[in-house]
Amino acid sequence: MITFDFEKPLVEHEKKIAELRAYAKEAHIDVSPELASLERKRDQLCAEIYANLTPYQKVLVARHPNRPYTLDYVRLMCQDFLELHGDRRFADDLAMVGGFATIAGRRIVLIGHQKGRDTKENLKRNFGMAHPEGYRKALRLMELADRCRLPIVTFIDTPGAYPGIGAEERGQAEAIAVNLREMIGLGVPIICIVIGEGGSGGALGIGVGNRVLILEHAYYSVISPEGCAAILFHDSSRNQEAANALKLTAQDLLSFGIVEEIIPEPLGGAHRNHEQAAALVKDAILRHLDQLASLSPDQLREQRYQKYRAVGVFTEAQQLLAHPAPS
Amino acid sequence: MSILSRIRRRRPVIPDGLWMKCQSCEEIIYTKTLYEGNKLCPKCGYHYPLSARERIALLCDEGSFVERDAYLIPLDPLQFPEYLDKQEKSRSKTKEYEAVVTGVGRIEGIATAIGVMDFGYIGGTMGSVVGEKVTRLIEHACTERLPLLVVSASGGVRMQESIIGLMQMAKTSAALYRLRQARVPYISLLTNPTTGGTTASYASLGDVNIAEPKALICFAGPRVIKQTIRQELPEGFQTAEFLLEHGLLDMVVPRPELKATIARLLRYLLNLPVAGPEAAA
Repeated sequence: MITFDFEKPLVEHEKKIAELRAYAKEAHIDVSPELASLERKRDQLCAEIYANLTPYQKVLVARHPNRPYTLDYVRLMCQDFLELHGDRRFADDLAMVGGFATIAGRRIVLIGHQKGRDTKENLKRNFGMAHPEGYRKALRLMELADRCRLPIVTFIDTPGAYPGIGAEERGQAEAIAVNLREMIGLGVPIICIVIGEGGSGGALGIGVGNRVLILEHAYYSVISPEGCAAILFHDSSRNQEAANALKLTAQDLLSFGIVEEIIPEPLGGAHRNHEQAAALVKDAILRHLDQLASLSPDQLREQRYQKYRAVGVFTEAQQLLAHPAPS
Repeated sequence: MSILSRIRRRRPVIPDGLWMKCQSCEEIIYTKTLYEGNKLCPKCGYHYPLSARERIALLCDEGSFVERDAYLIPLDPLQFPEYLDKQEKSRSKTKEYEAVVTGVGRIEGIATAIGVMDFGYIGGTMGSVVGEKVTRLIEHACTERLPLLVVSASGGVRMQESIIGLMQMAKTSAALYRLRQARVPYISLLTNPTTGGTTASYASLGDVNIAEPKALICFAGPRVIKQTIRQELPEGFQTAEFLLEHGLLDMVVPRPELKATIARLLRYLLNLPVAGPEAAA
């Protein structure tokens, strides 16, 4: 598994554990008390490192190639998943998956960005960057869920909507805009979960919900730290500064009231334990489905509208004397 | 967002001098003619950018525009480096408090809720104030049953407000959902340039979408696309004419015909009684 520079103490510690194990096996001696103590120390170290990640380190964790993706969660937390395909207009975008699923005996429609685990799969999944047909497929499935009165759960995990010629020709902006408008009007509960990368409009395109939740080490931002650094500092290597400035961590988003809840990740990040990550996500989904179950379609629409209506930080004066008046 | 710097570089600069070189056809033109002619190059018809106030003067019946929410002032929720400084500079440059001016005016006598973005204010980017003013305008149009016209000129979501800026896309689109439910018509006019999150929210959601000739309209900027796909972009890519050809716009309308065209559209959208010679025919 890929490890990060900031995990170096952890990696060295794990090496020590492995060495001790190998030695014990060879020498046929019992080292279990020593091993237990070393493992305790490793867990402590891991917890410490992950509790103190910088914003940019979180971005790296959110992009970890072993991180669970949408279909991993589906496999680990749902039964009877029936994938549905196509936008009925142009193509089936494999960077966006969706279909019927059952979670703890409840029927839902689940939609999410899908990244690939290796190069071959990434070519198919376009690194989780959807084209307009992906957003149109997502909306088709959401409207279907609305007609069937099934709650919608979306999994957000994309560097962004794909910036390409075909995407522009087929109206990437229009596809996302229409989703933003139409998601407001759906009469079923919508729960959106940022499981990895929340890349700007491409994330928001399936991200308008009654609840927006985010995993502990996921991020959500208007632009990638690299892109921000290139524009702002004319230097894409100053991505750590940019990540700090963008306030893109789960913890920042909670403080702004953009997300309702942070879903904790397993020790050392979701990529270290898919099963546990899925259990934690499942638990959050069920809790929020319960909370929303009593709301009528109109109440759901109203709650969702007011949630977005309230976002914005500004001040309003009766008049301003200290500034030049508009001409 | 990321194309902002590119747009800035391409942004026409109109010098104070008597004569200038047209940045499109490179002909020498008399600056005064440019200003008297809606900022069109008299030689090639290139559309120079209009400020929000110039645009309002172009589209509204004289003296009919009444501004709303004029004193919404941006803050700095993220304490983003140099943001307050940028606000101050844009304020003194444009004499505007933010990147959109909203209000109600008359277009050939038809009362219309109008929002006009000003590219001069931090690249016409959408932060909390733009999102709030546009949303309030849509809500006003909805309550008063006034047709809505939004003129966009924008570098997308304002990076300095990151996620809070991004959410303005959802907020404005949510208000447009209600406007649509109420069957109040909306015309979106896209001008050079309209990009990023603005294109991916209200600018694309008009019942009728129109644009000025040669305007750059896109989701991702040309530079970002070029970097991603590593190949040359087709001729005229992401211009208004390109979008028209690809079914994303209803029409491309030169500036001198804009007001009359919008008025004609409004009369259909509002199903106003046919008057004058047309009624007799």
